[in-house]
Amino acid sequence: MTVPVVSVENVSKRFGAVQALRDVSVAFNAGEITALIGENGAGKSTLMRVLEGEHRPDSGRVLVDGHPVQLSSPRAAHGSGIRVIHQEPEIIPELTVAENIFIGDIKARGGLFLDRADLERRGLELLGTFGVVDVLSPGQRCHGLSPALRQLIEIMRALRPGARLLAFDEPTSSLTEDEAQRLFRVIRRLKADGVAVIYISHRLREIIDLADRCVVMRDGSRVADEPISALDEQRMVRLMVGRPVSDLFNRRERTQGPVRLALEDVTTRRVQGIGFEVRAGEIVGLGGLVGAGRTEVARAIVGLDPLLSGQMAVGGLPYRPREPADAVAAGIGLVPEDRKQEALLLMQAVRDNVSLVVPDKVSRYGFFSRRRERALVARHVAELRVKTPSIDQAVGKLSGGNQQKVVFARWQARGPAVLILDEPTRGIDVGAKAEIYRLIESLADQGLAILLISSEMPELLGLADRVLVMQSGRINGELPWREASEEAVLALAMRSGKETIERRVS
Amino acid sequence: MTDTATTGRERAPASLFGRIGAQNISLLIALVVLLAIFGALRPDVFFTPRNLINIGLAVTILGILAMAQTVVIVSGGLDISVGSIVGLSTMVLAVAAQETGSIPAGILAGLLAGLLAGAVNGLIIVYGPVNAVIATLGTMSAFRGLAYLMNNGNSIPITGDSLRALGIGTLLGLPFAIWLLIAAMAAFIVFTRETVVGRNIYALGGNPTVARLAGIPIRRYQISIYAMSGFAAAVAGLVLASRTMSGQPASGSQGLELEAITAAILGGCALQGGKGTIIGAMLGVLIIGVLNNGMILTSVPTFYQLLAKGALLILAVIVQERQRARSGE
Repeated sequence: MTVPVVSVENVSKRFGAVQALRDVSVAFNAGEITALIGENGAGKSTLMRVLEGEHRPDSGRVLVDGHPVQLSSPRAAHGSGIRVIHQEPEIIPELTVAENIFIGDIKARGGLFLDRADLERRGLELLGTFGVVDVLSPGQRCHGLSPALRQLIEIMRALRPGARLLAFDEPTSSLTEDEAQRLFRVIRRLKADGVAVIYISHRLREIIDLADRCVVMRDGSRVADEPISALDEQRMVRLMVGRPVSDLFNRRERTQGPVRLALEDVTTRRVQGIGFEVRAGEIVGLGGLVGAGRTEVARAIVGLDPLLSGQMAVGGLPYRPREPADAVAAGIGLVPEDRKQEALLLMQAVRDNVSLVVPDKVSRYGFFSRRRERALVARHVAELRVKTPSIDQAVGKLSGGNQQKVVFARWQARGPAVLILDEPTRGIDVGAKAEIYRLIESLADQGLAILLISSEMPELLGLADRVLVMQSGRINGELPWREASEEAVLALAMRSGKETIERRVS
Repeated sequence: MTDTATTGRERAPASLFGRIGAQNISLLIALVVLLAIFGALRPDVFFTPRNLINIGLAVTILGILAMAQTVVIVSGGLDISVGSIVGLSTMVLAVAAQETGSIPAGILAGLLAGLLAGAVNGLIIVYGPVNAVIATLGTMSAFRGLAYLMNNGNSIPITGDSLRALGIGTLLGLPFAIWLLIAAMAAFIVFTRETVVGRNIYALGGNPTVARLAGIPIRRYQISIYAMSGFAAAVAGLVLASRTMSGQPASGSQGLELEAITAAILGGCALQGGKGTIIGAMLGVLIIGVLNNGMILTSVPTFYQLLAKGALLILAVIVQERQRARSGE
């Protein structure tokens, strides 16, 4: 048995209340492609950060060529031959392709002037090895290059002498099929050259095609490490989630009350002719591809995007918001897509974050009543089982799932009639996800009208009573939950442009 | 786990030190050091009650401005027109008192002028929309111009015993102005710490998107905050007018914005908004006040005083940024 290029042994890492890595051991061998899969928050990224020298493990060790090393800084990791290609390539747009590749190693003539000839020569050589001379030239500016080409440049930069282990963190998420295939050729070449490759992706089919071995992580632990031949997609999902996906949901018919939110022919700069109703106790799903205009519907409802035409009604009364304050006053709550930028004051306490939308309940004549605030917040935080040392804890220090629960607690304290959830489980680990699903179901049972926007198909199909599918700012069709399937939703989400145009004309 | 970018540091213990805050402790130390230095350099005058009251009087105007500035900065803005509003409001006070023959009418007009000037700032910033620094840089010049226009650039003397009484009167041995400052301080502390509006201003400065989506009418808040800042400047103008018994278009108010912003930042305000305290700002004010007074007593030439004040502002920001980097915000 040959010695692995890099291996981690019994590595653990904790952030505040969250155990990000739990006694993880994995070996990465030369000339082998190891896939790393797991749900968001399973610990894949943390493991990468440890390998990169960004995080130091609380316990356990990292070995290179069988010898323990201290990856105390990204520089040290780089010196050990470990390179990570991130999702967002760090390319300087104003520099040329060759300059970006060789940055930090650019030769100067007379110790001062850029040696363009040398850059050109070395650049051409490298581009030739990758077979991309026809799409990239060394002297070309990087401004405006496609994500795929930028990624390629980052890979070439990472491959500078001494690369032993190359990790790809979801490299294909923004690539077209052709571009992805080119990337796979590059990765196979690396494998043939004896580089150890780590490949992180959510696309299981890709992994089955490409990888030799698959490591599955869940809740910070390594739950499987098997040759790819022993796995199929279903088994991978089962391992990642820890249980069959359908168990996460409690699928049943819900009793519905009166119409709480009604949209009629709503048009803003970014959506057109949107019309639907959400009843009390009902969960209406908004499906579609990223960029289909789902978030923009939410923006129109809460008054962030002005209405160009159409009408809205809340609880049967006409409703025309000019800003989000009007939406809150009318009884609409929004759990926005980007928790950290749009929902929470990360530096401030759980207490402040919850009571933000209920000034009337925590004050008298405009003056705070700390006692009332504490009682109210403590009650809702306990009800939602938010794991926090105290309600005075800065919300930024909680895990993603608990942060999201704080956002839910905020609206529960307010008691709105309509709740809009935009990607409510993004970046949340599986356990917390299940809790959030149960919470959403119980909110519907309590009579809230819920509009659920989600890109996670199981979530959409598992929760929504009916799914409205959007494309290019319009609603293409509606599927009751019994008829909704992944295929049916996708078929509506990707209907050809021609049909859409015909519909518009008629 | 990409969603837990925390440092793992637990929250500060509720010790006395923790409650006062490291920032305020270092400000107190700086203040004591300054007092010791000037006390040693001029032992004959520095610690006399008369000089201490002088310092107190000197910081009333700055204190009111710095506290208002703190609220503006906490909300994520900046108001550099306050010095000009002080000058403008003294001129309006003088003209109105002259025209009506009534000091109370003059005071009311002066305060209204400040409120209005501040509201104008807020409207420009919100509905322009114009970056707060640029908007108030513009009105800093415009309001000063207006103040000069009111009497061709000359000051206007005010006669009236009630205003003079305000300027030189005392209560329990302390001048009225110092009582005014104490009252303002109490009001600002209660406002920022105990009211819903005050807390919402911290939210607004911390992240305007979050505040907006949580239903805080942020435009109305911003306009009101600048109007409040203008009003506070007019109150400072009233103190200045009562002391000089005149409307002064520039003298006594030029450069106040620099000192007010310096004090607020010394006191822990983050220019990014969402952070800052009234107590901190007042400690900053005291430091500036002692520094000014000490430099005069030790005969530091005026030009050097300007140099020192500018350096102090930059130093305060550097310290602030270093702290921010260290706490990993």
